[in-house]
Amino acid sequence: MAARVLVPKQARRGAVIEIRVVVQHVMETGYRLDAFGRAIPKNVINTLTARYNGEEIFRAEMGSGIAANPYLQFYTVATESGEIVFDWVDDAGERGSERAAIAVID
Amino acid sequence: MSARRRFLASLAGLAALALPWRAARAQADPFATLLLQTTGGAPVRAGRVTIDTPPLADNGHSVPMRLVVDSPMTAADHVRSITLLSEKNPRPVIATFRLGARAGRAEVFTRVRLNGTQRLLAVAQLADGSWWSGGTEVIVTESACLDES
Repeated sequence: MAARVLVPKQARRGAVIEIRVVVQHVMETGYRLDAFGRAIPKNVINTLTARYNGEEIFRAEMGSGIAANPYLQFYTVATESGEIVFDWVDDAGERGSERAAIAVID
Repeated sequence: MSARRRFLASLAGLAALALPWRAARAQADPFATLLLQTTGGAPVRAGRVTIDTPPLADNGHSVPMRLVVDSPMTAADHVRSITLLSEKNPRPVIATFRLGARAGRAEVFTRVRLNGTQRLLAVAQLADGSWWSGGTEVIVTESACLDES
């Protein structure tokens, strides 16, 4: 699953930074039918987490009410230099991951 | 009694019959059951939570939405979670976002699907365990979910 994350490369210690994530996914609702009239099973990214140097800073538990190619924008405090790791999983069990480095200056 | 007077009296009777029905309808809050499931029966106070959306969405497949909670986001006083509830979607719980003191700012932006014009309610739980809610109404001209796109 392709994804794009946007994290500031550099931030002052203690600053609130904006994080943006977009994952390419159809977010199948389970209400659509295929060309043969069979129901296409529901398959959405049900969980996405963000961890900052190992500590969870954000978690989204999503249903079919989130639009296709889910976009999330949230905030965190820049505490130390390191890495923010994003992990997600869909109903079919397929996992994806993305990471971004951040440098914290004083 | 003249025919006219009888007619007027029957109208009044109809109105009296309709009153309890109207009262029952006013009490049937579409979010009551959902709130119960979200909070486990804890009291929910109105306030502190805001949903920002365009008042009119041309397309229900992707409606931009900002959830904001009025909170200092300190270790002692911060937002634990925000749950977004829909009045008319086939699955009314749209999402739950879990934050923490480290978020610094109690705000989440995403894009949602909406099955027609409806009310939305966001419920937030704070660090002290209290629940707060805020809602909005969105007019959707082309609905999502039930069509073939």
